[in-house]
Amino acid sequence: MTLVRTLLLRLMTTAVTLFGVAVIVFFVIRVVPGNPVAMMLPPGATAEDVARLTALYGLDKSIPQQFVIWGAGVLHGDFGTSITLRQPVLALVLGRLPATLELSVLALVMAVLMGGAAALTGTRLRETRVEGGIDVANGMALSVPDFLWGLVLILVFGVLLPVFQISGRVTPSLHLPFVTNFYLVESLVRLRFDLTRDLLAHMFLPAFALAIPLAAIIGQLLKQSLKETMHLDYVTLARTQGYSEARVIWREALPNAILPTLTLVGVQFTFLIGGTVIIERLFSYEGLGNMAIDAVINRDLPLIQGIVILFAVIFTGVNLVVDLTYAALNPRLRHG
Amino acid sequence: MNLNRRSLLKLSAAAVATSVALPSFAQAIDELVIAYNVTLPSWDPTVGPSAVNPTIQGLYQSVFDQYILQQPDLKPAPGLLTEWGWNDDKTQVHMTVRDGVTWHDGSPFTAEDVAWSLERAANPDTGNPIQFVWGTLTNFKAEGNKVTADVKQFDPTIFKWMYFLTGYVLPKAYYTKVGAAGFEKAPIGTGPYMVDKFEQNAFVRLKANANYWGGKPDFDTVTIKFVTDAAARVAEVESGSSHVTLEMPYEEFDRLKGGMNGYATPVSNIGMIFLNDIEVMLDPNVRKAAVAAIDKQAIVDRLLSGYGVPIDTLETPDYDAYDPTIKTPHDPELAKKLLAASGYSVDKPVKFTIQTTKGYMPKDYEMIQAIVGLWRKVGIEANIEVYEIAKHYELRAADKLAPAAFYNWGNSVGDPTTSTGFAMYGPSPHSVWDSQDLIDKINPLWGEKDEAKRIQGWKDVDRYIAENAYVIPLLQYVQPILAAKGVVVTPHHSGALLPHLMKRA
Repeated sequence: MTLVRTLLLRLMTTAVTLFGVAVIVFFVIRVVPGNPVAMMLPPGATAEDVARLTALYGLDKSIPQQFVIWGAGVLHGDFGTSITLRQPVLALVLGRLPATLELSVLALVMAVLMGGAAALTGTRLRETRVEGGIDVANGMALSVPDFLWGLVLILVFGVLLPVFQISGRVTPSLHLPFVTNFYLVESLVRLRFDLTRDLLAHMFLPAFALAIPLAAIIGQLLKQSLKETMHLDYVTLARTQGYSEARVIWREALPNAILPTLTLVGVQFTFLIGGTVIIERLFSYEGLGNMAIDAVINRDLPLIQGIVILFAVIFTGVNLVVDLTYAALNPRLRHG
Repeated sequence: MNLNRRSLLKLSAAAVATSVALPSFAQAIDELVIAYNVTLPSWDPTVGPSAVNPTIQGLYQSVFDQYILQQPDLKPAPGLLTEWGWNDDKTQVHMTVRDGVTWHDGSPFTAEDVAWSLERAANPDTGNPIQFVWGTLTNFKAEGNKVTADVKQFDPTIFKWMYFLTGYVLPKAYYTKVGAAGFEKAPIGTGPYMVDKFEQNAFVRLKANANYWGGKPDFDTVTIKFVTDAAARVAEVESGSSHVTLEMPYEEFDRLKGGMNGYATPVSNIGMIFLNDIEVMLDPNVRKAAVAAIDKQAIVDRLLSGYGVPIDTLETPDYDAYDPTIKTPHDPELAKKLLAASGYSVDKPVKFTIQTTKGYMPKDYEMIQAIVGLWRKVGIEANIEVYEIAKHYELRAADKLAPAAFYNWGNSVGDPTTSTGFAMYGPSPHSVWDSQDLIDKINPLWGEKDEAKRIQGWKDVDRYIAENAYVIPLLQYVQPILAAKGVVVTPHHSGALLPHLMKRA
């Protein structure tokens, strides 16, 4: 019953949050300097030409009027038409979303694997030089932003040891039989592992760049939780029963220590998606982030609105899932 | 412990698996790969913001033909139109259309296509940002291979626009059949390449048009990757992932040009400082001192590694109204004297704000920092304000720029109306210098029908502007291009990187 109430409450607050985001983004991008008509004024344009173009894009109305028109469209699934790309915004953002989701999930998997490995190794070899090395590596991974990791990876694995692709999502000459934009998933479903390999070759470096800082956070938190758990009575009892240290960590300590890390992973996933904006640009990856930068540069107002709303839906959705998962896993919350 | 080993093994396996999947680049180039510096938002070259974006015209020109061909030296040549001109009293234009040209779908190109394209461009409802130019023509007629139109308002540059922004011929029958959305999905033109595959923000793959009227291009397949980050573009050519790229930092160009084919070509894009006729800029001594204090050659040499051409007017040497006798020499002593005459000195400097972008153009902010340093030595204290290019456009259109504002101005047709004209004519939304004396000098030139007199008139205007320091021209940009040893590039002075002008070495 508590879980249902939590769900309803969170759905209501999510709706309010999304409305607030829509209002803020709509008004803010119209108030900040730079408008799409000024961006496309050719040499020799007169005041009449400016007025004509302004009216053409519906920017001649007051901002509240524009919001009402846009809001009414959104309620009917019409997010408007991109000024630069000249296509429906909803189709554009939904078309790009799979690429960004696949990249983010791959980065998350890499981060969990790297961070988990670092935490377990650090716990197993605690108070040794290995743990010190892991702490130093964690510190470095955290202090360098992901786009700088991206540049380093391009230099190392793109130029010096060119083993990975450094731009794009897939090799242009390949014929893609896909019907969705979830290329990676679909290549696996269709058992087209040649395409899977090509996609991974393109995704590996951007995903790795995104994963490094997150792996450090996961590693640090999980290691700390594990270390605390290792001092608890039931862990000591397991040791006295003759279990190996590895088994004690893996079977006894980890299940309890992982809960705060899971919460963190959920929250960080939303930040990971936010981080794709710069990384996708750097690696010319055709995702939502790359599109977002172009939209901002070109002051493509409908597209900016669509992308921000979608990001907000993802953020609130992920947070909702995390909260509900946490509530489901936590007996105190589950039973009220 | 086992878990860790397995994790590491998984990661290693993934790395090996992905590495073996990489396509190997053959030494002989079968498919030309270009790392391009911008993305292509839309395939209609006549509508919306893309239509007036100079940096993507090279992509359009690979697929579509313009009415008139523009050669690499910016001069016009017969293209889809083989002849063009006015009647004697300049009340009508006439054009002759090339025979034997086909669209990419195999259908014949006709005079109807030209008339329809011009009429569509002149229609305000289509959203062509240059509609006001095409709208000077009306009553289009196509007969045989001839097209005629009545001149509603004489524009001496109308035929120059036919190889400039939005001056593209589109297929009437195909466009009418598939509509705007269908055309975006499957665009066709008469150009040297046909669109094979297009992924927005990622790449466009082109196939050579075997029936191209100008001859089949050297490379059968060209992939243009959209790599907007300069460091990534450099990595693309350094790793061999791409064969050609452009617009990288000059230091990188110098580093790599020894092992590749390097081209550094002055293009139709200049760096300049707008002066707004407000505050201290109303004092001619301040303006003239600001011009005289700048050592443009030193800026080119020290900041741009020598890649740039100092200019004294808004015309570059390959523009029609370039006059080499107009000079605004670096003279700091003169600058001090001029400022002293207005009561300013190093101890009591004149103060104003200069706006600039940072990173939008090569070393833009650094250039303004250097200029401010030079100004400080003669008695000018300028406060630098950094803004985004979008804000510049808005402020300029509203005539609200600071007293000084850095900008770059492109003019790939080289006509003075599209450089000095629109940049300095007060009523234009692009001009911030609005003094009546200059408006009066420019006014008669818009409709001047004698071409020699018109060009001379603009040269006189340029001299007048230089003498009165109404603007500060700085330099003509040089475009760096790097190509693999197997590729010979013909740079185009418009700045368009055109794959059909690339040949095998």
